[in-house]
Amino acid sequence: MKKQIPILIVFVTGLIMVLQFFVPHAASEFLFTYANDFVIVIGILALPLGIFSLMRGTVIKARKDPRERFYAIVTIVGFLVMAIANFRRDSGPDSLAQNLFSYVMIPCQATIFSMLAFYIASAAYRAFRVRTWLATVLLVTAFIVMLRIVPLPEPFSSWNSSLVQWILAVPNMASKRAIIIGVGLGAISYSMKIILGIERGYMGGDK
Amino acid sequence: MRDGMAWYDRLLNIDRRWIYVLMALVVIVPAVRPFTVPVGISGEVRAVHEAIEAQPAGGVIHLAIDYDPSTLAELQPMAEAILHQCFDKDLRLVITALSQFGPAMVDELVTRVATEHGKQRDVHYAFLGYKPYPAITILAMGSDYRVPFPTDYYGTAVDAIPMMQDIHNFSDVACVVSLAGGNVADMWIQYGNAKYGVPVALGVTGVMASDYYPYLQSGQIFGLLPGVKGAAEYESLRERPGQASRGMPYQVTSHLLIIIAMIVANVGYIAQRRAHAGGR
Amino acid sequence: MIRAWDAAARALRAPGRRRKAGFVLQRLLSLAPLLIALSHPIAAIAQDSTLVVAPLLSPPTGLRVGDSPDDNGHGVLARWSVAPDDAELLVYEIWRGPSPTAPDSVWFQVGSAPRGSEHFVYFDEDASAQGQPNPAFVASGEPIHLRVRGRSGDGRLTAWSGAATGVGKGNWFHRGKTNILVAVLLFGGAVAWFINSARRGKELYIRPIPGLGAVDEAIGRATEMGTPILYVLGTGTAGDVATIAGYTILSRVARRTAEYQTPILVPVNDPVMLAMGQEVVKEAYTQAGRPEVYRADNISYVSAMQFPYVAAVNGIMRREKPATCFYMGIFHAESLLLAETGSGTGAIQISGTDQVSQIPFFVAATDYTLIGEELYAASAYLSRAPAQLGPLKAQDYAKLAIILIIIAGILALTLAHWDGILRLVRTPV
Repeated sequence: MKKQIPILIVFVTGLIMVLQFFVPHAASEFLFTYANDFVIVIGILALPLGIFSLMRGTVIKARKDPRERFYAIVTIVGFLVMAIANFRRDSGPDSLAQNLFSYVMIPCQATIFSMLAFYIASAAYRAFRVRTWLATVLLVTAFIVMLRIVPLPEPFSSWNSSLVQWILAVPNMASKRAIIIGVGLGAISYSMKIILGIERGYMGGDK
Repeated sequence: MRDGMAWYDRLLNIDRRWIYVLMALVVIVPAVRPFTVPVGISGEVRAVHEAIEAQPAGGVIHLAIDYDPSTLAELQPMAEAILHQCFDKDLRLVITALSQFGPAMVDELVTRVATEHGKQRDVHYAFLGYKPYPAITILAMGSDYRVPFPTDYYGTAVDAIPMMQDIHNFSDVACVVSLAGGNVADMWIQYGNAKYGVPVALGVTGVMASDYYPYLQSGQIFGLLPGVKGAAEYESLRERPGQASRGMPYQVTSHLLIIIAMIVANVGYIAQRRAHAGGR
Repeated sequence: MIRAWDAAARALRAPGRRRKAGFVLQRLLSLAPLLIALSHPIAAIAQDSTLVVAPLLSPPTGLRVGDSPDDNGHGVLARWSVAPDDAELLVYEIWRGPSPTAPDSVWFQVGSAPRGSEHFVYFDEDASAQGQPNPAFVASGEPIHLRVRGRSGDGRLTAWSGAATGVGKGNWFHRGKTNILVAVLLFGGAVAWFINSARRGKELYIRPIPGLGAVDEAIGRATEMGTPILYVLGTGTAGDVATIAGYTILSRVARRTAEYQTPILVPVNDPVMLAMGQEVVKEAYTQAGRPEVYRADNISYVSAMQFPYVAAVNGIMRREKPATCFYMGIFHAESLLLAETGSGTGAIQISGTDQVSQIPFFVAATDYTLIGEELYAASAYLSRAPAQLGPLKAQDYAKLAIILIIIAGILALTLAHWDGILRLVRTPV
């Protein structure tokens, strides 16, 4: 029963939501809105679970692992400071919460994102090698597309621009559409397997 | 050959931190010796510009600023350029922020640009704020903005906002321009355009841009601003150089480094392959 | 007026000035109906300043109003025959009133259709507007009275068509989605057929997928090196198909790690995913017969934000130095950050995502990549169960069908200018 009841719930709700797609009646719209509201409610109810998990793991690290103690304390202090700052009554451009957000959070996130530039360079150095003819095609294409940013003298600039637009609009688009069609069919098939109870990996297994 | 390693082996196994150092250096160069980069205008960027330019004074645009601080560097310049254009043309803006950590950033941006143009909140623009689960929010907005947003970001009832009196859902806006750093862009296509038929244009990061050319070709989006270059093109169309135009030199130098790195790596690889084939 | 007329008649029978006054009064009274008749269009002129005294153009005819199909009941469909003077018109105006015989002053315009149109869908599902009841709201099941007239570019109008009444009803099936339903049923039928074939013992061939073939080797490597396995489910949500596919693979990987007693670390970015992840791993350990080795703390919630999440996972990679990293699910810009950091630690990396924009980064930076639908095929590939293999085969035939339809559609449009196939596959907006 421990497995059967969730599978039955998935089957019934999955079937209802599939049928809902084909039914324009107001009752069907209400059902859709109601079901989506439930998703939001579940997400919010699960939030304390996540916070508890994060804090528990961090406190254990702070107590038991000297290597991670400092970072764990930073995590706990950061969490408490942001929570308190946002619970305060003052809000607006000069509030503590806004300043912490603008001058700590935003720069930190931008820093992590900026690491991509370095990682792209090292990944390009490692990966774009003429191992096979396909890899050579990839290398040449990457070369041409990257030259788009570089200001070349005419007529190379307009040739390159036209070639890049063709690459992006034709072979790139064709291959992406092929992958998208495959992904779409795969998603339908996988969703069918989930609704019919054939696929149960998300519950922990087949048995 | 030092340490028993051939030059091509050393070249191929170079510590990646040297590449990071080189990248840091080439990014510093434009800061020390600034230069301008000429920008050609692409059709997909021009389409967004012309669609907004074609709106009469008082027309309504929905500007969905759906990025968060992590992609601010690429997407904020296009947000600013579009805001300037809309306020120059006396258009009315419905603004939402479907990224969890975007609202405060959007509030600061819109307030600053609106103040420059002397535009008033609730009269010339309405900032509705953030709601979780973007797909559900977009579906609800298509029915009525008041369903997901009974109040705006500042707590004012949407029904009490003067600008929103004649704006109910997507059929009351000329188009939606979504600036997104994640899959919210896909949701605007799937739920905004496909379900409600509202014209959608996207501004996305450079990495994501190539994903959306199929939608441009099929007409599901009418325009596309790809990354910093797209933003620089938009600023060029507005004749108002901004952050994106100032960022283009950095793009040029870093791209050149990557191109050189690829060439150098392949020189070493070909040399290594020849050496191994020659049996040395 | 009748009493006045009687008074005039009595005056006519009286002598002298009373007779003259009666004559004048009677003449005035006889003009009264004409004045009353003229006052009606004059009042209408006062309301609509563009209206001329008499309409010059012929009206549209045959107005019928019925339920608008394929909607939720808040719409009606008005049909009419174009006016004889259609070529001179700019638009047809559709007006609504409280009853067919209501005076003109209470009718209001609800839409317009360009000249040449013979139908208009009047749809309004907003019961209130600006905090007040919306007069244009089409209530399901209630009669809606409409009439139509044409307007030329220079403001000339046709006469009104006759008013017609119709009722909007919620529809239980969207006919425009019939092609989708047929396609789903055909696909479902194919799935059932191939599952049945596989159960009857028919061999269904699946091409080798290197990334999945390397899973056991990767887990073995981590066991030999005595380091944990890192499993990253990406930055999607628990409702995404790719994330659920990630859980399926996690279940199998967790079972192996339970058998080998290799720790598995699963940092997640969503509380619901946390609960699911803990359940999946716990169940896998139980099925492997090692429930005592399960550690709930190894599946931890990190952050809901994209870059804090990847910063935390990178930190885990740097400190724990896993020998094997799995990236299975939905990824965005963080894909290369994760893959390069993993590469820097010397880990074997197996990735899989359906995000087309991230596949190139994984291909460049990880050892094995499951591209798009290969991620969904993983469960079938690893289990080889008939019920799993059948849908894979059905997908292949569906792809073949799509290819044939695309080719047929291109040929039909290009050579014969026939858009029948395009219309067949078009879905409603």
